[in-house]
Amino acid sequence: MNAKGRVFKYGDNVDTDVIIPARYLNTASHAELAAHCMEDIDKDFVKKAQPGDIIVATKNFGCGSSREHAPIAIKASGISCVIASTFARIFYRNAINIGMPILECPEAAEDIQGGDEVSVDFDTGVITNLTTGKTYQAQPFPPFIQNIIAKGGLLNSIAK
Amino acid sequence: MGMTMTQKILAAHAGLDHVEAGQLIDAKLDMVLGNDITSPVAINEFEKCGATSVFDNTRIALVLDHFAPNKDIKAAEQCRQTRNFAGKYDIKNFFDVGRMGIEHALLPEQGIVVPGDCIIGADSHTCTYGAVGAFSTGVGSTDMAAGMISGKAWFKVPSAIQVKLTGKLPKWVSGKDVILHLIGMIGVDGALYKSLEFTGDGVKNLSMDDRLCIANMAIEAGAKNGIFPVDEVTMEYGKGRFQREAVVYEADPDAVYESVVEIDLSTLRPTVAFPHLPENTKTIDEAGKVKIDQSVIGSCTNGRMEDMRTAAEILKGRKVAAGVRCIIIPGTQQIYLQCVREGLAEIFIEAGAIFSTPTCGPCLGGHMGVLGKGEKAVSTTNRNFVGRMGHVESEVYLASPAVAAASAVTGYITDPASL
Repeated sequence: MNAKGRVFKYGDNVDTDVIIPARYLNTASHAELAAHCMEDIDKDFVKKAQPGDIIVATKNFGCGSSREHAPIAIKASGISCVIASTFARIFYRNAINIGMPILECPEAAEDIQGGDEVSVDFDTGVITNLTTGKTYQAQPFPPFIQNIIAKGGLLNSIAK
Repeated sequence: MGMTMTQKILAAHAGLDHVEAGQLIDAKLDMVLGNDITSPVAINEFEKCGATSVFDNTRIALVLDHFAPNKDIKAAEQCRQTRNFAGKYDIKNFFDVGRMGIEHALLPEQGIVVPGDCIIGADSHTCTYGAVGAFSTGVGSTDMAAGMISGKAWFKVPSAIQVKLTGKLPKWVSGKDVILHLIGMIGVDGALYKSLEFTGDGVKNLSMDDRLCIANMAIEAGAKNGIFPVDEVTMEYGKGRFQREAVVYEADPDAVYESVVEIDLSTLRPTVAFPHLPENTKTIDEAGKVKIDQSVIGSCTNGRMEDMRTAAEILKGRKVAAGVRCIIIPGTQQIYLQCVREGLAEIFIEAGAIFSTPTCGPCLGGHMGVLGKGEKAVSTTNRNFVGRMGHVESEVYLASPAVAAASAVTGYITDPASL
């Protein structure tokens, strides 16, 4: 499985309140959530995001609330992958559970700039910055989590 | 190698004699929680995968608290969906308007969570129940759905930071100041993926309300859970309250901690977290003169009886400053009633504050106190992220009930001792 796209770059501690503000949590509609994704820190995100694009951020991405609406909004915006130095733990779980690939790679997260073209090989964990030619090695998912993703999310993996 | 308190609870719920940090386990759950925002997403997932039953209708708690009483039509539909689900599967711990409280004030109060439990909740502040000596952690809606179906969840066993508490809190300093001080020390990702295990002689000097407040904000340091040992204070609190038998786990004497943080409670000062991160802490002495438009006293962090009493002690015979909206929200119906019986409701209203039915409302900018452009609030809630309480250009200053009440009186962030 691979992803390839243009990068939206953010800094430390991007919290779930800016990923999807609570004022929009009166709906579970994926399309409605996507329409407001990141709007409190990046008004242009919704206008510019193209299917396949990638979010890169530094430490503690997705901190704050447990709202699954946050990874849902990102995924429904067409984002194919989030790369960060570290993720907040509930966001990490939620992303895997809904089948949105995320990778921890501090070097890539620091280096890669907004607008760069990046490709990701999820099987090997190799991240390639096509703009600069540089490659980075992230840890691929452990088998336990690969199983959840391969089955299309947590609920499919526990379904009898 | 010894286990931490958290590791012992997880091992027991995974049916293992021993677990180590980093190990992946499948654990049995004693309680699965959701609210009116997270449950609809979980219910959609539950139905989408074809589930037709829950693992145990006594081990699921559904609380309509965030946008309830319904703030708008969409919120009403989310509550309706959750209410219908609760009816269909005969969920015993379903709490609707009139019985509901803010989930993390309500579940301990009702004895629904007990020492030794392993709990997940689709709400990040589910870590609150560590105060009663349970392993309890926030998850998303898909985990909640899976938990409701299977009664199990997978976990990566966390390592731990030991927080050694000594001494006794001074007047006007409370659990809120302890946790803000700790987050200021270690940062909003200081305990990422880890447990915060509170230990030491100082624990016995902390009331259950203080412990609930401290454990509540463990997530604000990135922690998977925060946990307190079970002692006489816990068991006294549980008398006639705990609905199931308490199981007491203690950390092994040779438990391995990744690091140790020491806090002498007697040295703490009222503490304020400035915008826009809970780690941006200053003592009240360093806060400067910050003018406020609103003071919020309540939430899952500080909507308990002691918090109400502290606010009343300060507001009694005083008036909320002109130009300040003071919003006081008790955590549960029982606390609400107690406030009425003790005369606190009268004190609040005479001071010029409003005193409302329980709701999470303003904490997350939902309703009952949303901020406008450029407005500033001092708030006893738990997050001060950009836009958290309303307009993207508004600001939230996190503080204790004592500081929030004193600030309501003066109109700027104030040391309660200075009144």
